[in-house]
Amino acid sequence: MAGSWPLARRRAALEARAAIIQEIRLFFHAGGYLEAETPLRIPSPAPELHIDAIPSDGWFLHTSPELCMKRMLAAGYERIFQICHCWRSDERGALHLPEFTMLEWYRSGADYLGLMEECESLVRRVALATGGRERIFFRSREIDVNPPWERISVRDAFSRYGGMSMEQALARDLFDEVMVKDIEPRLGLDKPAFIHDYPAERGALARLKADDPAVAERFELYMGGLEVANAFSELTDPREQRDRFLAEQACRRATGKTVYPLPEKFLAELPAMPPSAGIALGIDRLVMVLLDAASIDEVVAFTPEEL
Amino acid sequence: MYTAADLRKGLKITLDNDPYIVIAFDFSKPGKGQALYRTKMRNMVNGTIIDRTYRSGETFEPAHLEERTMQYLYKEDNNYCFMDNQTYEQTSISGDELGDARNFLIDNLQVDVLLFRDRPIGVNLPNFVNLRVAQTDPWAKGDTSGSDSKPATVETGYVLRVPPFIEEGELITIDTRNGEYSTRVKG
Repeated sequence: MAGSWPLARRRAALEARAAIIQEIRLFFHAGGYLEAETPLRIPSPAPELHIDAIPSDGWFLHTSPELCMKRMLAAGYERIFQICHCWRSDERGALHLPEFTMLEWYRSGADYLGLMEECESLVRRVALATGGRERIFFRSREIDVNPPWERISVRDAFSRYGGMSMEQALARDLFDEVMVKDIEPRLGLDKPAFIHDYPAERGALARLKADDPAVAERFELYMGGLEVANAFSELTDPREQRDRFLAEQACRRATGKTVYPLPEKFLAELPAMPPSAGIALGIDRLVMVLLDAASIDEVVAFTPEEL
Repeated sequence: MYTAADLRKGLKITLDNDPYIVIAFDFSKPGKGQALYRTKMRNMVNGTIIDRTYRSGETFEPAHLEERTMQYLYKEDNNYCFMDNQTYEQTSISGDELGDARNFLIDNLQVDVLLFRDRPIGVNLPNFVNLRVAQTDPWAKGDTSGSDSKPATVETGYVLRVPPFIEEGELITIDTRNGEYSTRVKG
C-alpha cells in the first residue's frame, strides 16, 4: 500500500512549522527562559466550567501545563516556557483539535501588559525569521506585525461591534454568542489585536483589576479574527483561588460534568508564588496564521480521523 | 437523539416539525467560553435556509426520511398523483413541493418519493429523462445570426434551449440535475 497522500502533501507546511517552533525556542533562550517539561498526565486539572479533560487511568491528560508551571514559579523559577501537547475533550472543528500543541510561558514580576509587549516581539521575530516579512498574508488580508498592536477592552468591543454592552450580554447570557458572531471576526484585521479586561467570572485564575474589580487582568490575542493566545496577570491569593475553584466545581456539578479533585498541592504552594503573568499560545493556530491555512488540519501531520 | 456534538454537514434533523439538512457547520469556542455549534440548514420541505447556533448539550430529533419507488400517474390542478409500486397506494404531491422536478414528470415515470413522517416532501428523479418536443420553430436555413441554440417546449410544458437541428415531435434526453438538453434520441 502507498504512503498517505494527504500526509505527503503537507511536507511544506510541516517544514515551516518546525522552523517556527525552532525560532520560538531561540526567542525564549535569548530572553533567559528555562525550557520546562511538566507531566502531561496529572491527577487534578484546574476546574474550569467549559474545559473538559480526557480521563487517563484514574488521572487526566492535562488541558494545559498551567498548574505545574505555577508550582515552578512558586519554587523560584522566574522565567519558564514549555511547548507541549494538551488535550481537551470534544473540541474538533476547522480551528480545533482535541490534541493540540501549546506554548506557555510565565514570568515573575510581570503583569499582563508586559506580556502584550513580549507577544509583539515574539510574533514579529518569528514572522520575520520564517517568512521574511513584517506583513502576514492571512485570510485575504495583510496583517502588519510591527508594534504597537491594537488594544481594545472587552467593554469597548461590545459597545463598538456587539450591539449591546458587555453587562447586557452577560445578563442575557449571550456573551459567547456575541463574541463569536460580532466581535471575533473584527479583531486583528490590520494589526494583531489584544482584547483585554474580561468579566471577572471569565478568568478563573486571573487577578482582578485593582481599580475595576468587575473585570480581570486577562487578554486574548487575535490575528485576522483568529484567537491565538490567552494571558493573565496571575491570581496569587490562595483563599480567593480556592473559592473560585469551588465555584467552578459547583457549576460543573450542577451541569452534570465530571468534577475534578481540587489541586491541593498547587493551592498549598500558591502563597509562595510571586506576582507573575502567564500566557498560553496555540502553536497550531500561530502556524495557521503564518502559513495562511484555512483549517488546522493543514498544519499537523495527522488529524484524529487519519489515525 | 442527536446532541450538538453530532452536528456535521449532511446530518438530517427535525426542527419545528420539519426535516432540515445541515449544509454548513462550524465549531467555535471563544476563549474560556462555551462550545458553540454554528450551522446553516436547509428546510427539506420548502427549501428555506436558516442559520442557527447551538450550545453543547442541546439535543435534536433525527429526521427519519423514507424513500419509496413510485410511478407518476397524472396531474390534477396543482397536484401530482403517484402510485406506490408495492402497495398500489396512491399519494399526491403539490407542485410547490416538487419544485423543478415537475418539469420532467411524464406518465408512468418511475421516481423515488421522499417521505417524512409518511408525508411526501419531494422526489428523486432519474438523472436523465426522455421528453418529446411539443413546439419549436423550424431552423431558418440561411440564418446567419450565429446562434447555436433555440427555445423548445417539451410535452410537460417545460421550455429549454436546444440545438437548431431539433424538430417538433422529436424525442430528446434532458439532464434532470441541471435541466439542460443532453442528446437527441434516434429512431
